[in-house]
Amino acid sequence: MIETEFTPDAAGAIAGPDWLVRRRLAAAEQVAAAPMPSVEEEVWRYTPIGRLDLSRYRLADGPGSTSTVAAPEHSAVADTGNGWLCGVELSAEAARQGVEVRVLGAGDAALAASVDVDLFALMNAAFSAEPVLVRVPPGVSVEGPIVVRHWLDADGAAVFPRLVVDAGADSSVEVLELYGSADVAAFVSPVVEIRAAPAARVGYLAVQDLGPRAWHIGSQVGHIGSQAHMRASSAALGGEYARMRLDTHLSGRGATGDLVSLYFGDGHQTLDFRTFQDHAAPDTTSNLLFKGAVDDASRSVYTGLIRVRPDARGTNAYQTNRNIKLSQEAWAESVPNLEIENNEVHCNHASAVGPIDGDQLFYLESRGVPTETAERLIVTGFFDEVLDRFPVAGAVPAVRERLQAKIAGLSHHSEGMKV
Amino acid sequence: MSELVVEGLHVRVGGQMVLNGVDLRVASGEVHAVMGPNGSGKSTLAYAIMGRPGYEAVSGTISLDGIDLVELSPCERAHAGLFSTLQYPTEVPGVGLETVLEEAVAAAGGDRTAVEAQVVAEAELVGFDLDLLYRSLNVDLSGGEMKRSEAVQLGVLRPRIAVLDELDSGLDVDALAAVSHRIEQATHQDNLGVLAITHFSRLLTVLHADVVHILIDGVIRETGGPDLAAQLEETGYDPWIDTRAESPVEIHSHLELSHLEPGGDPWL
Repeated sequence: MIETEFTPDAAGAIAGPDWLVRRRLAAAEQVAAAPMPSVEEEVWRYTPIGRLDLSRYRLADGPGSTSTVAAPEHSAVADTGNGWLCGVELSAEAARQGVEVRVLGAGDAALAASVDVDLFALMNAAFSAEPVLVRVPPGVSVEGPIVVRHWLDADGAAVFPRLVVDAGADSSVEVLELYGSADVAAFVSPVVEIRAAPAARVGYLAVQDLGPRAWHIGSQVGHIGSQAHMRASSAALGGEYARMRLDTHLSGRGATGDLVSLYFGDGHQTLDFRTFQDHAAPDTTSNLLFKGAVDDASRSVYTGLIRVRPDARGTNAYQTNRNIKLSQEAWAESVPNLEIENNEVHCNHASAVGPIDGDQLFYLESRGVPTETAERLIVTGFFDEVLDRFPVAGAVPAVRERLQAKIAGLSHHSEGMKV
Repeated sequence: MSELVVEGLHVRVGGQMVLNGVDLRVASGEVHAVMGPNGSGKSTLAYAIMGRPGYEAVSGTISLDGIDLVELSPCERAHAGLFSTLQYPTEVPGVGLETVLEEAVAAAGGDRTAVEAQVVAEAELVGFDLDLLYRSLNVDLSGGEMKRSEAVQLGVLRPRIAVLDELDSGLDVDALAAVSHRIEQATHQDNLGVLAITHFSRLLTVLHADVVHILIDGVIRETGGPDLAAQLEETGYDPWIDTRAESPVEIHSHLELSHLEPGGDPWL
């Protein structure tokens, strides 16, 4: 039981269409009955979840300012402030194509699935004020990404952004979500639902660059239909504790999911990823690459599971997690897992945690590159493979720049460089 | 006029003594070859001169133009005028050749804006495909392309002394000729001094050595002119191996000797 203001009464007081109000109430009842997660549970192992005190946060009652983070060239941009939708601009071309970017309405009950993977997904269902829908009609290719910018500036606010991406059959769309905040002690718990109908192509990139006192506990659920291709990616840079749980369901024959993420922890950050590649249909492919670096006293956690269900013959599933540990105090955990119930599959997983490669460092130094510069080049280069595979190419330069700013503050750790 | 001087160099690697008193002097414009069987300490000599971590100079000196290199980092040694190529150049994903050279030139007080044009000119000289410049350093390059890349680096950085470890390993004949030609050119035009470390005398048919040293058990057993390499071609290393000596280093020379027989060289 959680004694907070996150009660069914509070959930029921949020305006919305009837189906949404009912769903909020039902979720809030579950929240009220649920225990707080604990590090005793495997999915919360290695996390600071025990330090989360929900009573420190309250529901934000309205938007403050909006994001000033530049959006790349786009077909639409939506801004939220403290979880409330502040405005949407949609290009005339996208509007003509029937693309929708708006708050979920009365007729949208069927579009919003219930995501109840953990307490925080339930809280999102109960308290998300204005879930945003991005809907692309069948056969439509959207030119330029649809950008959703989230900004938080209310200290002590609990914010539950929810984004539903509904890509119709044989459609094509890219979505960029940007999370930023002022330096406030906020709690952000987003849910992203991505549905790629048969033969749809969906690119999704989340850039999480919250302030240093923000907590971020989110979920992403992807459902990929037959012959559809989802490229879902993220860059986790900010937050004190920032966690994403990513469930990718390859539910139609021939579905493909590319999951590519990078993270860079410094200071006392904890960055945490739990991934689940669920192969439920034949001839499905998933390709996961997560690369991270931890500096100072930061921590990262990656645990991933590939599950191949009995019917999913012809599955190709890959999972790679590589981590560079940049200081003595930093710490990275990497736990890949496989659960295979069909013999006709190709699966592999690889994980590594280690310091900057000594041979690479020596090679650059022997050319006359000073140690600290060589370290920066190597760490930046380490992430190139991820950046090259990000969808929403227009957003990549800004991610690279933020990453380089973090790398510029690298703690110098190499010792014993002499004969 | 520059001179690399190695005197009485003893080097320990992983708790084992590998070099047991090496003496060498390489002056500007000279090409020296150090030849020896596997396990004789050739690569250790190259690494110790460049300052690779883990190659501990227990005693002796390494100096360049009177500057003691032993206490310097690899980067400082490079700035002092030293350059080395590795037998297997290290892949550095996501880091480009030009970036590395710009950082190296800038750190040594040079003009980083001049690097791009120099890289293009040097690539031309050794037939390094310009498209490969935009790849990550040594990633997905053939043996020949890697050594051409290293010749480009040498051309841009203009060291005083270059230590080349098994330059010919993994190279096709054309690449070896192009790279050797560029190095010889540097010895004439820029007065580069070269210490070429090699197992096989094949290299010396394209990179002409003025002085040949034979390294066995971490000690230079003989120094001579180019004829010494010719003699080695006929006899192998046997005449220089002192079978009575107690050596902490395991020598695989008997296995390797067959490669030196005519027609037995797997690299040709």
